[in-house]
Amino acid sequence: MNRFAELLDRLSFEPSRNNKLRLMTDYFRSTPDPERGYALAALTGALGFQHAKPGLIRALISERVDPTLFYMSYDYVGDLSETVALLWPEPAATAAGAGHNRPPLALSEVVTTLATSGKLDLPRILARWLDALDEIGRWALLKLITGSLRVGVSARLAKTAVGDIGGKQPNEIEEVWHGLSPPYIDLFAWVEGREARPEATDPAPFRPPMLAHPIEEADLAVLNPEDFSAEWKWDGIRMQVVAGHDATGKRVLRMFSRTGEENTHAFPDLAEALAHLPAQDFAIDGELLILREGRVQPFSILQQRLNRKAVSAKHMADFPAHVRAYDLLSLNGEDFRPFAFCDRRKRLEAFVAECNEPRLDLSPIVPFKSWEDLAAARADPASAGAEADAAAVEGIMLKRVDSIYVPGRPKGPWYKWKRDPFNVDAVMMYAQRGHGKRSSFYSDYTFGCWREGENGEELVPIGKAYSGITDEELAQLDRYVRNHTINRFGPVREVEYSRDKGLVLEIAFEGINWSSRHKSGVALRFPRINRIRWDKPAKDADRIEVLEGLLRQRESA
Amino acid sequence: MRASDLLKTTPAGLYCAAGDFHIDPLRPVKRALITHGHSDHARAGHESVLATRETLAIMGVRCGPDFAGATQAAAYGERIGIDGLTVSFHPAGHVLGSAQICVEAKGLRVVISGDYKRARDPTCAPFELVPCDVFISEATFGLPVFRHPDAAHEIARLIDSCRLFPERAHLVGAYSLGKAQRIMALLREAGWQRPIYIHGTMEKLTRFYEREGIDLGEVIRVTGPERPKLGGEVVICPPSALQELWSRRFPEPVPAFASGWMRVRARARQRGVELPLVISDHADWDELCETILATGCSELWVTHGEEDALVHWASGQGLAARPLHLIGYGEEEVEACEPAIPSDEADPALI
Ligand SMILES: [Zn+2]
Ligand SMILES: [Zn+2]
Repeated sequence: MNRFAELLDRLSFEPSRNNKLRLMTDYFRSTPDPERGYALAALTGALGFQHAKPGLIRALISERVDPTLFYMSYDYVGDLSETVALLWPEPAATAAGAGHNRPPLALSEVVTTLATSGKLDLPRILARWLDALDEIGRWALLKLITGSLRVGVSARLAKTAVGDIGGKQPNEIEEVWHGLSPPYIDLFAWVEGREARPEATDPAPFRPPMLAHPIEEADLAVLNPEDFSAEWKWDGIRMQVVAGHDATGKRVLRMFSRTGEENTHAFPDLAEALAHLPAQDFAIDGELLILREGRVQPFSILQQRLNRKAVSAKHMADFPAHVRAYDLLSLNGEDFRPFAFCDRRKRLEAFVAECNEPRLDLSPIVPFKSWEDLAAARADPASAGAEADAAAVEGIMLKRVDSIYVPGRPKGPWYKWKRDPFNVDAVMMYAQRGHGKRSSFYSDYTFGCWREGENGEELVPIGKAYSGITDEELAQLDRYVRNHTINRFGPVREVEYSRDKGLVLEIAFEGINWSSRHKSGVALRFPRINRIRWDKPAKDADRIEVLEGLLRQRESA
Repeated sequence: MRASDLLKTTPAGLYCAAGDFHIDPLRPVKRALITHGHSDHARAGHESVLATRETLAIMGVRCGPDFAGATQAAAYGERIGIDGLTVSFHPAGHVLGSAQICVEAKGLRVVISGDYKRARDPTCAPFELVPCDVFISEATFGLPVFRHPDAAHEIARLIDSCRLFPERAHLVGAYSLGKAQRIMALLREAGWQRPIYIHGTMEKLTRFYEREGIDLGEVIRVTGPERPKLGGEVVICPPSALQELWSRRFPEPVPAFASGWMRVRARARQRGVELPLVISDHADWDELCETILATGCSELWVTHGEEDALVHWASGQGLAARPLHLIGYGEEEVEACEPAIPSDEADPALI
């Protein structure tokens, strides 16, 4: 437990992805089975025990610490698990040395005990464990049992770290992952080259998806339009739907996100519909979208469905989930991935037609002869066949007709050609220190647009951006922030801004939605700094009405 | 005689009328008794200063030879008469030369702890327990969440990180007086044989420690062109330097900070620290409680820090306890020599 706790502790302070990987790989290399396997399960969210409630932890500490001192401490620290971890009294080292003869608490003991013990036993067991651990151990244990690790590690990153032990790609781990269970002894044995690859016995396994490279108009000059097929790039969520049969012959249907996170439970309406398709087993690659009366809804509508954790019947009826298919990876036991795209496409078209299921349709091909045709379609999807669905189109996908389906992001076979981003000129209002390499720079900026306020023209914040600029520009902005600070709030500085003074930033963004959480009423998608407008007076920055206009225009499209 | 007749709080700090002297005064006074060399306790501009030889030397290093009109050195344990009172200095275990000051008058014994710790420190004399009637304690870490782990364990984490990230410079923020040298000595005890690099502002005090016979191994002042080459090395700097331009020239720096405050995650995050090292030169909660009880005092005064929790606890132990609410102590980070504050208002930057 101690080594795992130290790993979590270090991860929680480490901002860089690569360094997180190194910390995890080092841990997996130097920690024996089954400890590391349970650690992997904890990091990938694969531990299935009931989480402890904060009330239980409060009750335990109140039996041990003066309430006034607890209150003062909690007030100072601000986090319950952390306060309790720090406050927990070390058990007195008795003459009998009760604590010292026992072996140190192992993570495997924690996991196996939690899986088998009842609710009533939990306070007693937890108290015994807390007695046996040091501060960091207690912190990690409390985070683990309350289900809030929050150390900035995705399941994918943890699997990548395991692969790094033996030079395996994360996709190779994904291929076998769903057939495995904690503590993953067979996985580590394979990665370390001691045993054969574990059998993927999962009846409905996730297949790591194929991804596309962004393309610039200039790249098109060297590509031949005849080699490619084009589709709309939908502004939804990449989704893989897999069906199969388990050993007992029972039908299994699973839906996965792009990173292999299973999310079947979030879309019971869709899962129900797809579970009754005539095909025996299959794997579809497609886009999760909300369709109303056959029209694809913009991302902001999909977002409303995703925001709800528990889905009510009414919510499902208001936001019906669909899959728009663009690839067929396997059918009835046959793996189609080694086939060319044009062959897979023919099979996909036949498959979707045969299914005849309203919740499943085909992502249409966008016909074109030249790159000019395609550029026109991209600029105006509504007139190029997308019609009423144009608001949900965020660009064009280009796929080589002879491309086989390979996991990851190979350069060449698939490209994405996004629609031109939107631009707005906004004024810098606040700046915050960045993370990692940028932690000594003010690199995160909040910016605003003008609107009519109670006391005349005022700036209202519309978003925050921290990318898009070169290191040199970053240094210039950092200097600007330091020289124009008018207020400090912890790590945040407020800079000078008024009609006459202030720095204008040209912000590019991919989309815009109405938002009740933002003071301005709108939220930008993927804002980034396009240019620093040293030349532009603050009073000439854009007004909020410009953004509202964009939104209305999109809605009426 | 009651302790409250012997010692009073004034805008300049604790004052003893019977002996006409202040202890760790915040403003220029006639006669100052100084517990230790940190800038919040030892300020320049007093007419006369009584302190340990090491503390006087540190004040000379930090503020120049003319830091006071006259000086007098007190040896640990030496009994010095001042206008019918007896004062004596006893090791506080905080930094080199640090002392608790004991004032005796007509059978009443008051001990002013200054800053102190009980944990082992290879760079200074260990804390000496002085039984007393009234104990005047600091409470920098006066909340039960502050329990400092064994410093050797924290040093092991630092060395471990240098092994895991041999291409990244490990910048350790540490106060220039005491903490920096303690870390060097602990690194040596842990078997770290590489040179230890230091920020320029630490050089004078570090060389002073070496002249006092404390072995710190090879310590090199970092120069500009060298900075990009220090992957895998330990570089000790003042905490403020972690966020300055200075830190940007190192290869992918790991910002570390050695302080008792690092026990609280939000504090570490707020400062952008990636490797918090919980190493403190102040007593933690357990040490505070244990020390207060061990002095046998019946009365506890708390000078600065988290007074409320400590006073609450002491009252529960049957002691007459009260906070003094002294303002101006507790920020050891100030690098330059701060003169005693002349105006009525304490500098907000120091609070
Ligand atoms: Zn001090
Ligand atoms: Zn102090």
